[in-house]
Amino acid sequence: MKLRLKIWRQDSATAQGMFKTYTLDNLEKGMSFLEMLDVLNQQLVTKGERPVVFDHDCREGICGTCGMMINGRAHGPIGGITTCQLHLRSFNDGDELTIEPFRAKAFPVIKDLKIDRSAFDRIIASGGYISASTGSAPEANSILIPHDVAESAFDSAACIGCGACVATCKNGSAALFTSAKISHLAKLPQGRAEARARVVKMVEQMDKEGFGHCTNTEACEAECPMGVSVLNIAQMNWEYNKALLLGA
Amino acid sequence: MPTETFTEERHALTIESKTIGGDAIEGKSIRANIPSGDLADKWQNFKDHAGLVSPANRKKLRVIVVGTGLAGASLAATLGEMGYQVLSFCFQDSPRRAHSVAAQGGVNACKNYKNDGDSIYRMFYDTIKGGDFRAREANVYRLAECSRLLIDQAVAQGVPFAREYSGYLNNRSFGGVQVSRTFYARGQTGQQLLLGAYQALMRQVNAGTVKLYAQHEMLDLVTIDGKAAGIIARNLLTGEIERHAAHVVVLATGGYGKIYYLSTLAMGCNASAIWRAHKKGAFMASTSWIQFHPTSLPQLGEHQSKLTLMSESLRNDGRIWVPKKQNDSRAPNDIPENERDYYLERRYPSFGNLAPRDISSRAAKERIDAGYGVGPQKNAVYLDFSHAIKAQGKKKIAEKYGNLFDMYRKITGIDAYEEPMMISPSAHFTMGGLWVDYDLMTTIPGLFAAGEANFADHGANRLGANSLLQACVDGYFIAPYTIANYLSNKIKTELPSASHQAFNEAEANVKAQLDMFVKIRGDKTAETFHKELGRLLYDYCGLSRNRDGLKTAIKKIRDLKDEFYARLMIPEEAITLNIELEKAGRVADYFEIGELMCYDALTREESCGAHFREEYQTPDGEAMRNDDDFRFISAWEWNNGQAPILHKESLEFESVKLAERSYK
Repeated sequence: MKLRLKIWRQDSATAQGMFKTYTLDNLEKGMSFLEMLDVLNQQLVTKGERPVVFDHDCREGICGTCGMMINGRAHGPIGGITTCQLHLRSFNDGDELTIEPFRAKAFPVIKDLKIDRSAFDRIIASGGYISASTGSAPEANSILIPHDVAESAFDSAACIGCGACVATCKNGSAALFTSAKISHLAKLPQGRAEARARVVKMVEQMDKEGFGHCTNTEACEAECPMGVSVLNIAQMNWEYNKALLLGA
Repeated sequence: MPTETFTEERHALTIESKTIGGDAIEGKSIRANIPSGDLADKWQNFKDHAGLVSPANRKKLRVIVVGTGLAGASLAATLGEMGYQVLSFCFQDSPRRAHSVAAQGGVNACKNYKNDGDSIYRMFYDTIKGGDFRAREANVYRLAECSRLLIDQAVAQGVPFAREYSGYLNNRSFGGVQVSRTFYARGQTGQQLLLGAYQALMRQVNAGTVKLYAQHEMLDLVTIDGKAAGIIARNLLTGEIERHAAHVVVLATGGYGKIYYLSTLAMGCNASAIWRAHKKGAFMASTSWIQFHPTSLPQLGEHQSKLTLMSESLRNDGRIWVPKKQNDSRAPNDIPENERDYYLERRYPSFGNLAPRDISSRAAKERIDAGYGVGPQKNAVYLDFSHAIKAQGKKKIAEKYGNLFDMYRKITGIDAYEEPMMISPSAHFTMGGLWVDYDLMTTIPGLFAAGEANFADHGANRLGANSLLQACVDGYFIAPYTIANYLSNKIKTELPSASHQAFNEAEANVKAQLDMFVKIRGDKTAETFHKELGRLLYDYCGLSRNRDGLKTAIKKIRDLKDEFYARLMIPEEAITLNIELEKAGRVADYFEIGELMCYDALTREESCGAHFREEYQTPDGEAMRNDDDFRFISAWEWNNGQAPILHKESLEFESVKLAERSYK
């Protein structure tokens, strides 16, 4: 199959970016989207041209490294997957695809499609953990966690930190990412001790990084490859208000 | 027990030489510095007598940890909690993305919650046997002993392991064992354990004990007076070369299965850190012992960049088969029950579909090579859930493996609830790695290796769900003690100076190599060379090997390497974000590692675990070990590009009886 690719090219964080168009022929339907970019890059490099820089690593949908806007949608036209899990069978012969980096104030572009998501690390560093130093843990089965609670905590913990939620939000909000960690830990008995302090610190850091506010459009949930629910945002707000009322 | 046993003099070794298999050279035997005492007491003895560093002195001592997977993140976090100055490096844009994240099935621990006869000894024995009696007893026993602590630690961090309705932790079984000791968080156990370690790490970053260097790649180890003194790293965002000095350097950089190009590993996984340390004097052990995972997805097209893994846990409920007729082109559901060959159940009735990985992979290759393979390229076997769905219901199967079935559908477009999955063996885990002693210290004093980067615990074949365990245990519970022991007599030692001549030389060499790559300006990409090397290794040093093939491979790898240095093409300059330059350095190292893998496989004239030499097999095609001549670990010394030097660590078995490894 043949595809026309309109790809965002930007030499550096400070350079002016622009779209460049490339045409690729003899593509196979079974190829992954990133393998198509590999083919393009091999062609560019062989000609001595600069390859398209894009974030990717595990290529099985779990590391959260890859992510781009494809025809205006985070991770492309199929819901519930990351960019690396997208295959060319989702497109038609002759299609034109517009490929851009995830865009948000808190995710500056580094080069081409590669962005800086270190803001997420700083949000976690501000309080996204249980302070259980090595050696201090009690016997594992002394903390009973009912099956449904464990499953629900897992649903929140499944977030891969890709940033699709931020990229798709018209406000560039990190509410889904931040709330997923807050809820994961707040749902577990061992995470309750620090729950109030945690939510206050993490929300404060989220605001400091320049992420926008949540206005409940729920686009984040629709584009999340792991299906993380907006109910996590509700829980974050509940925990936050509780902390403000009762004191962190 | 005398405390002096634990000082660093015990790492000394001397070298004599004679020529052995191929043109490799044999050196001297080396010792693992295993503490004395009964097997069950050794680790406690070590901890009781090891040197300590007081809290006030820890903040004066600096440790570099390269890699932020389970071993690196857990170690950096733990050392930070203890109060050391820690510098943590990773090439990824966040420590949370290290490839431990992709481990699916679970983590083993002998808690015996299922009351099915598990114990430290049984787990130790299963692991020793699973490794085909080619691992150190003392290391493996310690691994089993510490496994219980790990589950406690992970639960305390908030890792959402699967639970019974009562709230108690749940377990499942994995290949190579007959008890249920695998703890799991759906099919994302690695992700959840890594997030626990990552969060602990970020807590220390916030506390100021750990300084994080993401998107940095270690390009050389610096040694001063024979001891580790720091690293040279490249800032991948700017291309700038940096010097970092420390009292101790730990490499927790994972395995090198990506050398085969097509593998289950992430695209960025590489061996450059351990290889460059090897070239500075650290021995590499058992380099050719590489596990091929039996349940990965088969290669479907020529541009394929990786082979996605489907968790081994699927073999709990899936049955593996091929048609009884060669080249059968019927759809799987059209092949009646009596025309299916459940070859694992047939050949290994007592373990069946849960036979260990090396055996399952080899059995699949045997059927595929014999013409019974399925799928468009006839390179796969079926993994069938229809019986399990009939017995347990679709809902139960979906709860256990839902995300894996989803992943399978996304990649192949096939619904595995309706028809069997197609699977095939793929390069996966490296049992080989940097040689380390009982303290996880390499042959360079002050340089430690943790997790998959070392060779230590899995022998010639790793059991499923033991890799997450080893990485965590090395990082949380072992290296913090052994590093403290090493540092205990260095509290007055100044931090090595980053302007020392050794740093100047290492930095100059790194820059010269990068400039050399950029100046070739040829016509082939690093990736093209990587693919060609990968194909060579799959053919000659993969699931099975033979003498002539290995000799051919050594020659072919050298030719390909020559071509690489003549025809490599890298656009752009060295001092900028340059993804092609990153790949080139990794591929350059892979040529040398590939060659060492072939030497390692060539000189081991027996079959054991994942190392299957065609010349050494039983009449029914099982691996034939040779305990009289090969009951040792091969530890290789770099010989400046000449044929490598082999040192032997003899394996002594005091607590188990060497036996033929049978899963029949």
